[in-house]
Amino acid sequence: MATEILMPALSPTMEEGTLSKWLVKEGDTVSSGDILAEIETDKATMEFEAVDEGIVGKILIAEGSEGVLVNTPIAVMVEEGESPDDVAAAAPAPTAPSPIPAAAAPTTPATVAPASATPAETDIPAGTDMKTTTVREALRDAMAEEMRRDETVFLMGEEVAEYQGAYKISQGLLDEFGSKRVIDTPITEHGFAGIGVGAAFGGLRPIVEFMTFNFAMQAMDHIINSAAKTRYMSGGQMSAPMVFRGPNGAAARVGAQHSQDYGAWYAHIPGLRVVQPYSAADAKGLLKSAIRDDNPVIFLENEILYGRSFDVPVMDDYTVPFGKAKIWREGSDVTIVSWGIGMTYALEAADELAKEGVQAEVIDLRTLRPIDYETVIRSVQKTNRCITVEEGFPVASVGNHLAAKIMTEAFDYLDAPVINCTGKDVPMPYAANLEKLALLTTKEVIDAVKSVTYR
Amino acid sequence: MAARKSANKSNTSKEELLEFYREMLLIRRFEEKAGQLYGMGLIGGFCHLYIGQEAVVVGLEAAAKDGDKRVTSYRDHGHMLACGMDPKGVMAELTGREGGYSKGKGGSMHMFSKEKHFYGGHGIVAAQVPIGAGLAFADKYLETGGVTFTYFGDGAANQGQVYEAYNMAELWDLPVIFVIENNQYAMGTSVQRSTKSPSMWERGAAYGIPGEEVDGMDVLAVKAAGEKATAHCRAGKGPYILEIKTYRYRGHSMSDPAKYRTREEVQKVREERDAIEHVRDLLLTGKHATEDDLKAIDKDIKAVVNEAAEFSKESPEPQLSELWTDIYADA
Repeated sequence: MATEILMPALSPTMEEGTLSKWLVKEGDTVSSGDILAEIETDKATMEFEAVDEGIVGKILIAEGSEGVLVNTPIAVMVEEGESPDDVAAAAPAPTAPSPIPAAAAPTTPATVAPASATPAETDIPAGTDMKTTTVREALRDAMAEEMRRDETVFLMGEEVAEYQGAYKISQGLLDEFGSKRVIDTPITEHGFAGIGVGAAFGGLRPIVEFMTFNFAMQAMDHIINSAAKTRYMSGGQMSAPMVFRGPNGAAARVGAQHSQDYGAWYAHIPGLRVVQPYSAADAKGLLKSAIRDDNPVIFLENEILYGRSFDVPVMDDYTVPFGKAKIWREGSDVTIVSWGIGMTYALEAADELAKEGVQAEVIDLRTLRPIDYETVIRSVQKTNRCITVEEGFPVASVGNHLAAKIMTEAFDYLDAPVINCTGKDVPMPYAANLEKLALLTTKEVIDAVKSVTYR
Repeated sequence: MAARKSANKSNTSKEELLEFYREMLLIRRFEEKAGQLYGMGLIGGFCHLYIGQEAVVVGLEAAAKDGDKRVTSYRDHGHMLACGMDPKGVMAELTGREGGYSKGKGGSMHMFSKEKHFYGGHGIVAAQVPIGAGLAFADKYLETGGVTFTYFGDGAANQGQVYEAYNMAELWDLPVIFVIENNQYAMGTSVQRSTKSPSMWERGAAYGIPGEEVDGMDVLAVKAAGEKATAHCRAGKGPYILEIKTYRYRGHSMSDPAKYRTREEVQKVREERDAIEHVRDLLLTGKHATEDDLKAIDKDIKAVVNEAAEFSKESPEPQLSELWTDIYADA
């Protein structure tokens, strides 16, 4: 059957091109793969190959023709004994690519990806014993409990096993679970993050510890491109149920490369969960939820908080859900939203402000993806003022996003602009006095509150 | 075609040769059709064809057992067809339709099949190498006895993460075969212009990983090497490297004019070393098949490919609500 050869699209953006040269003539027999012509696109001159065997029956577009539209017939191929004129009768007239079947009407647009269910916050029954626990111990307890519960959970990272953790988070785990499940890696973040993702694809639930999140920059491609996007790219067939965890943010006097808060970076990515706990109870309950979650979770800890003690309920299985903020302090004059170590400044500021008669409501977001907007908006509708507090850089911060959200959804309730308290827009300096200046302070939060309450 | 010495001519059968012929031809015809659909604007974006390299995946799949895993780069259509994925689902993914393996949301470079243990389809050069080691890690941890075929090109072989993966794979004795598909060009840069190291498989020695070079235009040689490599892995001896010398007939992607090599160079490989012609020759000279038998196979394959193409045009685009699904697990 005679078939028409159409002008091909040879790049993602090509709409027309120049048929620079024919390399075959009428009557030539060609087989698949033979080069028929040279075609000049907007970017390059390309060779155009035959897809099938046949005889060049007729050349329709002469060489040298410019502006030949994609899908224009340029030649007719025939088989032995056929005439090129058979084309009209034998084959339907060529058309542009067949119209794409209509898809259904769009559903209600959402601005962020829908969140899925995570374990509920365990109700703490009245009379439950509380145990004073450091954040460090709470994290270890969470991992140990989940490793006892599920054989597929394992921990890998630098110095997590024999050294007992660079920050002693994994203390005792090697003894209890053995070297099959508590694995020291070479110093090779890119590689072991990728191995972790592959292990998760293969049916395990890895906990990948980064000695600090600064080093996770080396592994960023696997976190974003391999872990976060695979469920979507596979149409839901495959995913990476795993936790990337480690200390994040400034410690003390470790300079620019070791002092950065990555909360906003990861919160940017659909497909990731992002958790940034403050208290030991939340560290424990959220890490247990993270290990059980079927999505890749970024779990941002903080070195300064590791040694801080909090009450943790003594319960068999204490979990905290994602996307549910915690109100640490109720107040009517201003809403202070924070998470992670930012809560230290937020709570200190609220204490100081209370002495001056300003009642601040302090909200701990606990997770940055998903974010509990509802709790924030409801609070702002009550207080009419909002300050956000985070240690990260100011540009494209989580606070910026919250301010935009509040402006969109509670504009009429605002009596003052939302102020974002953040770290300064500089790489972290080493000198003690400069480092102090670069970091967020409680005084800055107090000043911001005073500014929006016009005091 | 000149008779070529095949390493393991005895280690095959008429049935196997016919199967190899059929599978390699399916990949070639499928890719030619994909190129055609791209030219018609039905396939968008990047599209990397596998034409010329067919013997690599077909030979190695002959050495695989049920449950073995495979992971590769963005030049992935051949791997999917060779492991038994449905040509219709692959082609419909290329056209971005709901009948595609990823419901149209992945495209040429991002397809997966849990059922066939195909773990992608990865668009970042060499990212699949640690992932493949990780799949093998899971096999070892779960004691499945499986092996993971981790495919990457000569271009990817210069990425640092390959060597991070080598180091850990050998350290932990992971059952992974690192398959370097050396088609001699990393996009437009020839191997000679990207490294002075004389062979790529030998780099494994630095980590204690054995390996060998294989003629990738000889499907029987590939299969034999695959059997050796899988035996090594299954014996608990850790990873193995196969550097398979092959050749890509088409450009790097559909928009590559391939000016970095001569037409004669390509033509010479096609005429003298083509992997499909090689098997065809073995079938005919061995009197395993007649010209007519092979013509009948050609016809069957053509029908399969045409059916896939039709399906890929008729399958509707994904529902618009699909934009918001498969981002997070539902539970």
